[in-house]
Amino acid sequence: MENKIIKQISLFSENKPGRLANIADKFRDAGVNIRAFTIAEAGDFGIIRMVVDDPDLAHEVLHNSGFTVSETNVLGVEMVDVPGGLAKIADVLGKENINIDYAYAFVTKIEKALLILRVNDIGAAVNVLERNNIKLVDMKDIEDI
Amino acid sequence: MIEYWNPLIERMPLEELNKLQEGKLKSTVRYVYERSDFYRKKFDEAGIKPEDIKTLADVVKLPFTYKKDLRDTYPTGMFCVPNEQLARFHVSSGTTGKPTVVGYTKNDIHEWTTSLARAMTSIGVGRGDVIQVSYGYGLFTGGLGLHYGAEEVGSTVLPTSSGNTEKQIELMQDLGTTTMACTPSYFLFMTEMAKSMGISLKDDTKLKIGIFGAEPWSQQMRARIEEVTGIKAYDVFGTSELSGPLFTECTYQDGIHIWADQFLIEVVDPRTGIPLPDGERGELVITTLAKEALPLIRFRIGDNTVLNREPCRCGRTHPRIMRILGRVDDMLIIRGINVFPGQIESVLMNIPEVGEHFQIIVDRINELDVMTVQIEMTDAAFSDKVNDIIKLEEKVASALHKVLNLAVKVELVDHGSLPRSMGKSKKVIDKRKL
Ligand SMILES: [Zn+2]
Repeated sequence: MENKIIKQISLFSENKPGRLANIADKFRDAGVNIRAFTIAEAGDFGIIRMVVDDPDLAHEVLHNSGFTVSETNVLGVEMVDVPGGLAKIADVLGKENINIDYAYAFVTKIEKALLILRVNDIGAAVNVLERNNIKLVDMKDIEDI
Repeated sequence: MIEYWNPLIERMPLEELNKLQEGKLKSTVRYVYERSDFYRKKFDEAGIKPEDIKTLADVVKLPFTYKKDLRDTYPTGMFCVPNEQLARFHVSSGTTGKPTVVGYTKNDIHEWTTSLARAMTSIGVGRGDVIQVSYGYGLFTGGLGLHYGAEEVGSTVLPTSSGNTEKQIELMQDLGTTTMACTPSYFLFMTEMAKSMGISLKDDTKLKIGIFGAEPWSQQMRARIEEVTGIKAYDVFGTSELSGPLFTECTYQDGIHIWADQFLIEVVDPRTGIPLPDGERGELVITTLAKEALPLIRFRIGDNTVLNREPCRCGRTHPRIMRILGRVDDMLIIRGINVFPGQIESVLMNIPEVGEHFQIIVDRINELDVMTVQIEMTDAAFSDKVNDIIKLEEKVASALHKVLNLAVKVELVDHGSLPRSMGKSKKVIDKRKL
């Protein structure tokens, strides 16, 4: 199960111009590649969530640059039809009382859609999804895409 | 065992101490009336003669003096001795207009040193201690004041003055500093800097005592400093018009001992000037009883405090003031409600997710006062769920609302984004000025 868990980098940011460029610069210098990226905005602040090829390095780089940053365990699902796929996953998890905290989708370089999920019980979620033949990607897949 | 610098004076029975004080009050009043045109004029205008002061209770007949008097008589118009009898000048830059000049005779400096020697002994600082004085040296009284007190009790002084924090931390380790003297906000800054250098003040230094002052700080901030750095943090009090740092708490940390043979204190209603019963919060008023160059009569310091005349558990009989609760003029009036920055700090420090750094912004939007409290995000408080952060903001806002009776907007901001002060912290930005 462990290898199905993806380490997502989450960081706190005031909604100020220049923050994103700053992060991109730091990653370029350190050789970290961003695979997926989303911002959850809420008034004065936002939470930036990223899937990168080397989360530990990314965490270190951001932490040393003074960001408030954490690594969060999430799941990644490769899917053909995003809205339909998300509905199915929500349905499967809902039946087992597993809540989705948030989800976001992105398209990879090889034009596959990938859905990132944070759930309240990741172990149970892996179990349920695999039982329902929903294929989860792992860190190795993330490095390759 | 409790140690005293001067057990005879410090433990003097109250009755004797009052007698001593009474004698000194009478001679001080006579002294300023004879020697200072300023005081003679002031007393005459109030219809007071030195012989009207017969007992301690008569002190209330004397007119107040204010900071403004010192500025108006710049530079030395209130002095009671000719300049050639002065051993030193200190000058404090006023936020408005002229600076104030305070002169000291050799004996004034001796009394100042004695006051601090008693204070330092009362917190267990003495021979064998290395005191790092990171208050500014120079025209400001903080550095030199503590320096003299520390030497008097036989400690070794490391006179770093303020600034160059990395170097300070290196020296602290290399020379075995046991006692830090600086502002509490500078000490926090230092703690953070040390952490970024990979040094824990708790585990990697010999620090055990902090003498912190020159700005108000809350009980909760003390608890946090003590927990993070493992030291005992003591409040030091004084003001440049008297002679900088003068008094501290004792090891019981239950109020600041004010030496009654040197100073007479009252607490008055800041609006009416009427003395308040002991235990009520008001403005501190001080009369000097041993100063030669610039005695001050019923000086309105502008600090808020509470007076306690109960003898302390440490055996000292001199009155205590509760830790300074902010400046009378720091008080913000927001939608008609009095708010002290110290109150806000107290609330914040009681919320574990909140770090040391915050800032208060007051603005007037559509004719309405709006107070925003900005708090730095910490690793401990961070959750990558937006709702968790909004909940934290709401939690802080509701805690503030309970204490202040005022709706407050709370904003979490980036770690490291609020100004770190090297000296006094600038915690309030009032944009309402127009
Ligand atoms: Zn005591």
